Amino acid sequence: MKKIKAGRQPNRSRAGDVGVAIVLMIFGAFFAFPLVYAINAAFKPLNELFIYPPKLFVRNPTTDNFSDLFLLLNKQGVITFTRYMFNSLFVTTVGTAGHILIASMAAYVLAKYRFPGSRTFFAAVTVALMFTGYVTQIPGYLIMAKLGWTNTYWSLIIPAFASPMGLFLMKQFMESSIPDVLIEAAKIDGAKETKVFWSIVMPLVKPAILTLMIFSIQSLWNNAGTTYIYRDELKMLPFALQTVGAGGVARTGAASAATLFMMILPLTCFILAQSNIVETMASSGIKE
Amino acid sequence: MSYANWKAGKKRQAHFLWKDIKDHKTCYFFLAPYAVIFSLFFIAPVIVSICYSFTYFNVLQPPRFIGLTNYINLILADDIFLTAVKNTFLIAAITGPVGYIMAFIFAWLIHELPRSIRAIAVLVFYAPTISGQVYLIWSIIFSGDSYGYFNAYMVEFGIMDNPVLWLTDPRYMMIIVIVVQLWLSLGAGFLSFIAGLNTIPADQYEAGYVDGIRNRWQELWYITLPNMKSMLMFGAVMAISQSFNTADVSMNLCGFPSTDYAAHTVVTHLIDYGQQRFEMGYASAIATVLFAVMYLCNKFIQKALMRLGT
Repeated sequence: MKKIKAGRQPNRSRAGDVGVAIVLMIFGAFFAFPLVYAINAAFKPLNELFIYPPKLFVRNPTTDNFSDLFLLLNKQGVITFTRYMFNSLFVTTVGTAGHILIASMAAYVLAKYRFPGSRTFFAAVTVALMFTGYVTQIPGYLIMAKLGWTNTYWSLIIPAFASPMGLFLMKQFMESSIPDVLIEAAKIDGAKETKVFWSIVMPLVKPAILTLMIFSIQSLWNNAGTTYIYRDELKMLPFALQTVGAGGVARTGAASAATLFMMILPLTCFILAQSNIVETMASSGIKE
Repeated sequence: MSYANWKAGKKRQAHFLWKDIKDHKTCYFFLAPYAVIFSLFFIAPVIVSICYSFTYFNVLQPPRFIGLTNYINLILADDIFLTAVKNTFLIAAITGPVGYIMAFIFAWLIHELPRSIRAIAVLVFYAPTISGQVYLIWSIIFSGDSYGYFNAYMVEFGIMDNPVLWLTDPRYMMIIVIVVQLWLSLGAGFLSFIAGLNTIPADQYEAGYVDGIRNRWQELWYITLPNMKSMLMFGAVMAISQSFNTADVSMNLCGFPSTDYAAHTVVTHLIDYGQQRFEMGYASAIATVLFAVMYLCNKFIQKALMRLGT
């Protein structure tokens, strides 16, 4: 079948297109506000941060806030800023990679097979999303302590592997976007289950993988790690930046630089992932 | 004879079950890593804290079994809990459905845009969620003195005479919490809708044109929505858990506890008992009740979504 051209689609009115653009622009301003604010605040000199009436946009941009921030971070103690940076990067990378692999494997069999216990297990996963985290902290800590994982990176990485949201998203995605006939055909051709999973299923759910990656990076990167880790050199970047912000009014500038600094990695990954997701539709032509 | 029959039937059943399990060996192999970690770090803590809800547990001494006392006190003797329930239901009833529908509508509208600007549009709408703690700027915007953006502009334009204490006056607190919560509602559900819209096979739309679908509304109803069913289910669960778990916004904007408990929610009540008063048993009972309500709500919504497009 011929592909619809990337240009105008036959059943779209031009007035409708304009309407869509206008609605999105009005609401977009409302939602983009924090981003605009955070970027501007990070470059404001101290007198502009406290100006009355308050102004959203920066007038005399300066990078003083950033130099203040790094000065404070390096002055803080024996543990260097790069150590915190490494901790966070390591936990985020390993945790995200493991989560995508382990959650996708489980999601694949839950989406495509019925076996004893599969329905109950999946129900448990969706239900687990609804239990408030505040009261499970104590039992969670006891389990970590029993395993001897307190004060290790694993206390953050391993639980992240099994985040219920990831499995839920993956399973829903695989159920709707992978035709059963495709899997059957591959098996008739002699492909093993691992092969089917790796070279047929995974490429087809690329948008879900990328979305999962965003969720996982976001939660791990913003994790201060202070629940299970009390040795300072093993704590994460947000912990180091929070201590800067806690220094009072005089550090408002450095704190706003810290906010923006924390957003750089998730934002970059987000934009890369989203442009990839948008691309996939153009290339994936599943024909039954 | 009937007993023998029954016994034989049981035996056969067990035999079939065992065969079924053996046939799906690979499935269990795929599921195992996830299942082990999930049971250890997600299921076990939940079960333990449900058990705590039947005890008096002050974190320092070992828990002592007290039966249903926590639940009885919660429902019959705790006036503040009733305020919290009322507020939580109000927040959930508004931010849940509105946030959910908003997430889908914006995802769909963004999908209507030309491909080149879609990624940026997604970023703009996802900004509140990706910026983490940045929602705290609402406390600057609605700050009670004239340094608050909202008060400053209102006074400057002459719409208001005096600054209003948006975050400490019980008359306005709930409205602000709801607005901010709605603003935060384009999260996981929204991104899953974006991903889902990108995987609907193009030939379904092509077939639609041939079958006489004339405008984007018909396309939405007959092709897009039925294809999005599984993503919509995911989004619903996320919307439920986000709206019923409202706590951070209320605590950070309106204070903890808020004036007259006007922005007190079930989860802030739970945090109050669990982390301030160290009554973990009572806090666990609150969590269990909240969990039961969310579970029922989810059951109901999943049933409704099953009927979509049929």
